[in-house]
Amino acid sequence: MFPASRYSCQAHRCIRALKTVPTEHTAPQLYTTLHRRTCSSVSTPRITTHYTVHPRDKDSRWEGVEMERFADEADVVIVGGGPAGLSAAIRLKQLANEHEKELRVCLVEKASQIGAHTLSGACLEPSAINELFPDWKERGAPLHTPVTEDVFSILTEKHRIPVPMLPGLPMQNHGNYIVRLGNFVRWLGEQAEELGVELYPGYAAAEVLFHEDGSVKGIATNDVGIAKDGSPKDVFERGMELHAKVTMFGEGCHGHLAKQLYKKFNLRENCEPQTYAIGLKEVWMIDEKKWRPGRVEHSVGWPLNRHTYGGSFLYHLNEGEPLVALGFVVGLDYSNPYLSPFREFQRWKHHPFVAPTLEGGNRIAYGARALNEGGIQSLPKLTFPGGLLIGCSPGFMNVPKIKGTHTAMKSGMLAAEAIFPKVTAESLDSETAGLHVPEYAEALKNSWVWKELYAVRNIRPSFHNYFGLYGGMVYTGIFYWILRGKEPWTLKHCGLDANQLKPAKDCTPIDYPKPDGKISFDLLSSVALSGTNHEGDQPAHLTLKDDSVPVARNLAIYDGPEQRFCPAGVYEYVPLETGDGMRLQINAQNCVHCKTCDIKDPSQNINWVVPEGGGGPAYNGM
Amino acid sequence: MSGRVLVGVKRVIDYAVKIRVKPDNSGVVTDGVKHSMNPFCEIAVEEAVKLKEKKLIKEVVAVSCGPQQSQETIRTALAMGADRGIHVEVAGKDYETLGPLQVSKIMAALAKKEDAQLIILGKQAIDDDCNQTGQMTAALLDWPQGTFASEVSLDGDKVKVVREIDGGLETIKISTPAVLTADLRLNTPRYATLPNIMKAKKKKIANVKPADLGVDLTSRLEVLKVEEPPQRQAGVKVETVEDLVGKLKETGRI
Repeated sequence: MFPASRYSCQAHRCIRALKTVPTEHTAPQLYTTLHRRTCSSVSTPRITTHYTVHPRDKDSRWEGVEMERFADEADVVIVGGGPAGLSAAIRLKQLANEHEKELRVCLVEKASQIGAHTLSGACLEPSAINELFPDWKERGAPLHTPVTEDVFSILTEKHRIPVPMLPGLPMQNHGNYIVRLGNFVRWLGEQAEELGVELYPGYAAAEVLFHEDGSVKGIATNDVGIAKDGSPKDVFERGMELHAKVTMFGEGCHGHLAKQLYKKFNLRENCEPQTYAIGLKEVWMIDEKKWRPGRVEHSVGWPLNRHTYGGSFLYHLNEGEPLVALGFVVGLDYSNPYLSPFREFQRWKHHPFVAPTLEGGNRIAYGARALNEGGIQSLPKLTFPGGLLIGCSPGFMNVPKIKGTHTAMKSGMLAAEAIFPKVTAESLDSETAGLHVPEYAEALKNSWVWKELYAVRNIRPSFHNYFGLYGGMVYTGIFYWILRGKEPWTLKHCGLDANQLKPAKDCTPIDYPKPDGKISFDLLSSVALSGTNHEGDQPAHLTLKDDSVPVARNLAIYDGPEQRFCPAGVYEYVPLETGDGMRLQINAQNCVHCKTCDIKDPSQNINWVVPEGGGGPAYNGM
Repeated sequence: MSGRVLVGVKRVIDYAVKIRVKPDNSGVVTDGVKHSMNPFCEIAVEEAVKLKEKKLIKEVVAVSCGPQQSQETIRTALAMGADRGIHVEVAGKDYETLGPLQVSKIMAALAKKEDAQLIILGKQAIDDDCNQTGQMTAALLDWPQGTFASEVSLDGDKVKVVREIDGGLETIKISTPAVLTADLRLNTPRYATLPNIMKAKKKKIANVKPADLGVDLTSRLEVLKVEEPPQRQAGVKVETVEDLVGKLKETGRI
């Protein structure tokens, strides 16, 4: 801030004295641990204040604060109000009504209303909904747009190579519906409430509770009223405990509680690490003349090179208004730290095959979410004493079809069917206080979910060859289309996505075009469109295990890839006020809960935890 | 005195959501959009609950006028500590034209029916920014009003209100029954925690129709058109003061 040469020695000493005063007043724990660890002379300003990194029982500001929690009992508690969680809840209540049994099912969801954190393309395969509600049409399920046209292209910078959508190819969409998944989830929520499920949107499950024997006892919702520096505010209140015989975890892709459960119960010891992609999406109101309801367009190729997995989608909805849902998916195993999935998406929209649809239109929504691509190879152990995992959390997405909703719903339904007899049994026949239901995993292996995922298991890993995308397409053509996935081998993935980045010095920065404000846009106006917001005075929920790692490692070696892969502008490297060096600024309020940072951080230093319930994006029918 | 306080709560589009004008310019898109309790109404509920906790009043009744979904807003007020709720059903066309005049007529009718000692409202709603309902309600009831309250203290049958006004702070003493409207610095609303939401499910919400209260909902206003504000034009950077003066003269500003 003050160039040293401009001031006299005395002034300099004065300035330094003034600057040290604030540090003396802050709690000593803020700086001492960092000073001991870092050998540089620059002290890292404290970034993380969350209690998961700085426990409150050792924090003097929390002395004497009442930490007792109110507890309540249910038969089943479900974490996550997405397709999997809601299908499970609905199925449980359907069975309870059928067998005339009482069953208390409670579902907690971090979004302020059901569907507000849901984001997907989406082309829904109705197999699961047909099983859950054969009369979904009469019930008014928002499946209004049957697919009428299916177009697949390989894009080059200026041209397009059409690829025929032959029946039998995984991307073929005959019989499917284009849906606004947020609206579908909201409808599922209404059905669940009618059946008697207790839905609690606006309350996030922040902690897993355990019995003394180590089995899962239930969850605790988030505390409220903690200030940004981690101290209690006047309105501080503890979260509530919900105990259950079985807890179902349906947090979606890369859930933060699932992350803890993997460690605690060693659920990932016999599977490959999960691999992911980030999906960015916008909804546009286009010129009526360009509107072709029921049309589905997919593309691969430009602007990604053949070694970066990804592609685009563009769906024309048919719900009265000329709306299109379009988006871009980039595999998170990309190696160039200068790649920005957001900017790839923005420049893809300028392609001569895409831009004409959008010209004269208006963008009305934006959002992003990570999705899983691991398939069967990355499925963890699904059950543990007291709980189980459903939906995209363990990851049942059919990658070449880019559909995971139908399998997520089916997994929730199978889980409900497996636990129903156990939770309504006269006597709880269990070794552990929390029920263990391995029958769920068995049922899944015998269902169409497994058959489907097994058949496509080699398609995604087949992209890891010299020809990249083209090798993968050739492999798909031969082994999936002709042989139906019956080859006897199972290809492996490449390992953790976070380990795939090459150092910045070995890569070339990508020269992205400036947004034109009509078809492509800048990041901040996009984030505003997601409606995301969080209570400002709370600890940042993007927690760092070590506050010094971002500058020391991420910035130094990889040029701070988090500034590029975050679709909401949460991470910024800004110059230090002292003038020399940079620091990481975390704009936690912008977060859209996509989980990409937790996945792709090359140092695996970022741990996403759930913020106060009700915060996050306000998607409407995304 | 009955010791009963009526608190008005309004369901509005959440303040962080980007508003979109309907293609036919008749209004704003509300379908599926995130809604929440008006922030000033939250402050009003908090004040009423605080008064009850200090044992200065006996019962807090939360009132909301609107469609089915307004019940969620009343539930939140119940979870914050209100004792019971009244949902005045207004839907469809009537809801589109519902404004401060109609709501104040409803509040006045309810105040008489419930024998209320105090009515506490938010100073304004963040969707229409009218700042009229409290004042109109007081006029219809011929009650004193303490608006823009940043501090409220009850003293027997009088209320001392510190008001935030343009010149600073004004302290007035008014007699009850009275209407108060809450300003930002009155208090910090508590969170509606999950155990309280569960308890709130057992509290009663009565359903009332405006006709039952003898209120005529016809609006004196007709909305002709709703438009987005004009796009902000890019500014022009000037190098010197002379340039600035020249540009101002050019555009006829001086």
